[in-house]
Amino acid sequence: MPSGIIGYGAYIPMYRIRASEIAKMWGKSPEAVPIKEKAVAGPDEDVATIAVEASLNALARAGIDPSEIGAVHVGTESKPYAVKSTGITVAEAIGASRMITCADYELACKAGTEALQTCLSHVESGFAKYGLAIGVDTAQGRPGDELEYTAASGGAAFIVGLDNLLAVCEGRCSWSSDTPDFWRREGQKYPVHAGRFTGAPAYFKHIINAAKALMEKLNFKPEDFTYAVFHQPNTKFPIKVAQILGFNMKQIEPGLLSPIIGNCYAGSSLLGLAAVLDVAKPDDRILVVSYGSGSGSDAFSFKVTELIEEKRDKAPLVKHYIERKVYIDYATYAKFRGKINLG
Amino acid sequence: MRKVAVIGVGCIKVGEHWKKSLRDLCFEAFKNALNDAGIESQMIDGLYIGNMSSGYYQRQEHLGSLVADSLGLIGVPAVKIESACSSAGFTFKEAVQAVASGMHEIVAAIGVEKMTEVKTPDATSALVMAADHDYEAEFGVTFVGLNALIKRRYMHDYNVKDEDIAYFSVHCHKYGANNPHAQYPFPIKLETVMKSPIVADPIRLFECAGIGDGAAVAILCPLEKARELIDEDRIVEVAGVGAATDTIRLADHDSLTSFKATILATKRAVSSAKITLKDIDLVEVHDAFSITGIISLEDMGFYKPGQAAKAAVEGELEKDGKLPTNMSGGLKSRGHPVGATGIYQIIEVVQQLRGEFGKNQVEDAQIGAAQNIGGVGGSVTVTILRRFR
Repeated sequence: MPSGIIGYGAYIPMYRIRASEIAKMWGKSPEAVPIKEKAVAGPDEDVATIAVEASLNALARAGIDPSEIGAVHVGTESKPYAVKSTGITVAEAIGASRMITCADYELACKAGTEALQTCLSHVESGFAKYGLAIGVDTAQGRPGDELEYTAASGGAAFIVGLDNLLAVCEGRCSWSSDTPDFWRREGQKYPVHAGRFTGAPAYFKHIINAAKALMEKLNFKPEDFTYAVFHQPNTKFPIKVAQILGFNMKQIEPGLLSPIIGNCYAGSSLLGLAAVLDVAKPDDRILVVSYGSGSGSDAFSFKVTELIEEKRDKAPLVKHYIERKVYIDYATYAKFRGKINLG
Repeated sequence: MRKVAVIGVGCIKVGEHWKKSLRDLCFEAFKNALNDAGIESQMIDGLYIGNMSSGYYQRQEHLGSLVADSLGLIGVPAVKIESACSSAGFTFKEAVQAVASGMHEIVAAIGVEKMTEVKTPDATSALVMAADHDYEAEFGVTFVGLNALIKRRYMHDYNVKDEDIAYFSVHCHKYGANNPHAQYPFPIKLETVMKSPIVADPIRLFECAGIGDGAAVAILCPLEKARELIDEDRIVEVAGVGAATDTIRLADHDSLTSFKATILATKRAVSSAKITLKDIDLVEVHDAFSITGIISLEDMGFYKPGQAAKAAVEGELEKDGKLPTNMSGGLKSRGHPVGATGIYQIIEVVQQLRGEFGKNQVEDAQIGAAQNIGGVGGSVTVTILRRFR
């Protein structure tokens, strides 16, 4: 019996900072910024609160008793605690079973899809009736670094199971290699990246290989997909990788959120998937390919069912969170994100 | 002094060679040059290696030993030559002297730079070492910043429009699009240049040469020996080499809009080649920035001060124009792997004189020149090459 998604939910904090505001701070050209604006977690928000919000939305769409969830996996690289499970906090907050397996995942920006892979496997094996997979981050970018323009906050949650599917998982695969393009060592506040090395040998190589491997496995071509979502570290990369693989703008536009919310790291490709599910029709096919530095990509093919129509409006759409915004200046942003050193 | 000829050239495509080390880059270019010359590597008895910043980028100095070893030439004398962005031009000059003097018979002049192992800000730090650390870099100016001062002054003194200077990039890309070794082999529009972000006002991103990895090799021997080794049609004679220095500090130059070292090096090269400027059929100039390409054409004497930008716009630098310039795409389009650039230019002139430059071949090219600048005009070489037959 195929596994798939029975409920999904998103959450994006309401604060926004324009990339041009960040450029102004560092004396950079406002034309050279990689996105328009990004979402910023407020002072009372963190990965756990965002994960809970997204999970409650997923539960509303799934229409299940949370105590039937037997696995909770959170993928993130901005855990509130280095040692103390965020997954357990989320499970407790939403009323999941005490008999759960729970772990936090880290593989940079693909930790969320890694959680999704695991939850799908749990339900397929019969280990859990339902699994909750969350990709979420309040991403860190060192002040003045290129990453500061894009590192954003947000997340998406997916409840998976074997029945009442709103999207069937038709297949999935991963492609990984030891590629040091981005990392954060123990004790460091901000990650380090290898500049242009994050492009061709990292992002593009892994996404292209994972996507091609999945399409070959399923005997699909780009035109067989209604939509495609690729990890979104900026505006340029997902558009370029789509072109390389043979997808057009119409296929990727509904899931392309990075220009207006930034890169939510482990939440990035999953938020894109949530946005596509918000507009998808029954029988639409969706390709999702994540990328996590270090490096690896997970590729999924989902086919939307007729249940999407009745479940969709049981929780806020991604669009709702995108339109709900309050602009902040750099000083407020620096305060919210703990960038001010109080000595 | 013996007459010297270039008997083989080889390079690799300029680009981001993530999977190749500095050794690999040298080896590939050297292999290509050997194949081009049709000689065995063991015939080489001297190596000169142009490179600016291996100590910074690779934490590796002592390239003489390293490269000789990498090329299977242990025992052959080898040494690194450093003169910022003109490292390769000076390397070629040393190689010519070695053969002309009779000290060596067959030498390889190698230029190599692997810049992509560091992030852009670190590459910027490496490049500004071409300026005066105590009196310029220490105060925070970047290499682009120094050239921006030159462009601003040039626009002011000669009342030249920004877009007429920027057009030089468009010109270079038009020809680089046909160069198989170019890093950015595509045409660009003036609008693209003018809309690109400011790097250091008034220099925009598309007026700057990029960061890339590259290696280029020229093999030299006495002219008489060349006649024994290769077909006479493929022999290119080193007609003249000129080199000069100026103050490393831009502020102490006689003029902000002219490089004295280019003027001196050109005079010396032309004089040693016993030709006049009018005899030169094509030129490769060092357009690290669009403004640098323009003032180089003026300093070499091809145009009066303030006139070269207009010449580019009016088509005089085209393949069938008055002075075909940067048929390779120049530093802007072919790329600027700093310590290798001067040899790339020489290779491109050699191939023109042999009639092997494909779509960008200048008809009946007999004499060509290559100008290579170090820093903001602190050192310059001008090499004049002549078709033997």
